[in-house]
Amino acid sequence: MADRGRTSLKERVSGLGDHVRNSQVWTSIFRPGSALRADSGDSPRNRAYVVMNNVLYHLHPVKVKRRGIKVSYTLCLGGLSFFLFILLTVTGIFLMFYYRPTSPQAYFDMQALATDVAFGQLVRNMHRWGAHVMVLTVFLHMTRVFYHGAYKPPREFNWVVGIILLLLTLLLSFTGYLLPWDQLALWAVTVGSNMGGYVPVFGRQVSFALVGGVQITADTLLRFYVLHVLFLPFIIVIFMAVHFWRVRKDGGISGPL
Amino acid sequence: MADLPEHLLKRAAEARAKAEGVPVEQVLAEMKGEAPAAAAPAAAAPAAAASQGAGRDLDADSAKFGVPRPLLERAMLARARRDGTPVPQLVGAGAPAAAAAPAASAAPAAAPKAASAGPPPGVRTQRLLTVVKANAIQGTTREPQDKVNVWPHLLAIEFVALISMLAFLTLLSALVDAPLLEFANFNQQPNPSKAPWYFLGLQEMLAYFDPMLAGVLIPGFGLAALAFIPYVDRNPSVRPSDRKLAISLYTVFFVGASILTIFGSFFRGPGFNFTFPWRDGIFFDDLLTILE
Ligand code: HEM
Repeated sequence: MADRGRTSLKERVSGLGDHVRNSQVWTSIFRPGSALRADSGDSPRNRAYVVMNNVLYHLHPVKVKRRGIKVSYTLCLGGLSFFLFILLTVTGIFLMFYYRPTSPQAYFDMQALATDVAFGQLVRNMHRWGAHVMVLTVFLHMTRVFYHGAYKPPREFNWVVGIILLLLTLLLSFTGYLLPWDQLALWAVTVGSNMGGYVPVFGRQVSFALVGGVQITADTLLRFYVLHVLFLPFIIVIFMAVHFWRVRKDGGISGPL
Repeated sequence: MADLPEHLLKRAAEARAKAEGVPVEQVLAEMKGEAPAAAAPAAAAPAAAASQGAGRDLDADSAKFGVPRPLLERAMLARARRDGTPVPQLVGAGAPAAAAAPAASAAPAAAPKAASAGPPPGVRTQRLLTVVKANAIQGTTREPQDKVNVWPHLLAIEFVALISMLAFLTLLSALVDAPLLEFANFNQQPNPSKAPWYFLGLQEMLAYFDPMLAGVLIPGFGLAALAFIPYVDRNPSVRPSDRKLAISLYTVFFVGASILTIFGSFFRGPGFNFTFPWRDGIFFDDLLTILE
């Protein structure tokens, strides 16, 4: 360096950049393939590394069949269902900071979201509309899978996992429905859980377990809250993991018609 | 000659023909043991004659084929035992008396200790263990496929889909608030009371059937039936023209469920009685704020 004479500021800054990007700390954080590395660049090898060396992208194989990425084949519906689930998790965590599952606080907290919390109403809206859209995309995803016959061997079991995901999605949406603790929530859930009472033989018991009593009370609110924010997400994440894993193990996206 | 694959034999024959300056066909025939050894050039003649004729000069063969003498001897004995033929007479230097012994019983004794003194200088000590046939050990049945890198091709598409969905939801949420009615009141049931929209198909069925049938048995068995589809539909084809029944049945389910849901959402008013949305208004609180 010394014999190069005077270095301009620009040279010095870029030299510093290179120095940082070649440092042990930097290269230990950003694995090969990361765009933030000094040796990043477009090559078949780096394209493979982008996927292999990233925990998120690692859901994917390095390469997929060309027809598997046709938007007109999957319509992105499975992927969008997953994205909506992530979005609902993020917005849901935000909402949890401002919500108490007790009566009457739950309702007042909903009002406070609209008035006192920065972006509170926007996030609540996104959580609610997103939930509706997710039910739609999951249902449409199932429909596209059916019309492609993509449940046929070796994918039979992944279809069954999918049905479980559909059920869990509906349950998540239904348990969330009660949480605003307004007239809409109370009576929609009343109508829904009354159906549980018609289960042959065990109707009374099923209904009792569902709402945590002979009728909906503040106890039901707590029960639905725990199911909604902890139990069901926990279960659905496990089944999603199996679902995605099976998509890969069953040979990627199914073939053309 | 061990039964080598044809193409290896041919390659060896070509190499030797080139080295010795004789036609390939001749070498090939010789290797297969079809042509008389006399056809070989003079230098090779004695050894060839020895390996074919009554006596065998192992030292000469060893020098000629580059195979250590003990191995040649073992092979010779093994072959004799396998074929049940007498062990050839050994000729030339180092032919022991044991060479005359009967094949089977004499085999172990026939391997002289002296022979294990190591290979003579200039003799290679590798030997052919096995010949792997040209086709792979593991049969690959998969056809070569047209594949693309996930990055950038798939990830770019996913990114666009994700951003579009995010933009759509953000815009919708900025424009329309989620509904929030009055505080929950156990003593005042709204009329009509509707389930969340995805259950309105079921609620609609409650209007026609016994609650146990519409509320429990139909959804329960419906879900189970959906789950069993792959095990009931044994037709392996995925071509729509081969799946007319399956496609019709699912379409009936899909359209039926949609109609029931739309009916329950928009065509049911107070008392869950039939209404026309354009005449009596819409009683559907899920979309309350959107419809306003
Ligand atoms: C939370 C709900 C669900 C999520 C997040 C999800 C996600 C996905 C994703 C990302 C794929 C990759 C292909 C694509 O995007 O279409 C996929 C494939 C698949 N899904 Fe789902 N899915 C869900 C529910 C379902 C349901 C309800 C079913 C059917 C009952 C189902 C059955 C399948 C099958 C059979 C495949 C393989 C399709 C093929 O190879 O073409 N999934 N899923």
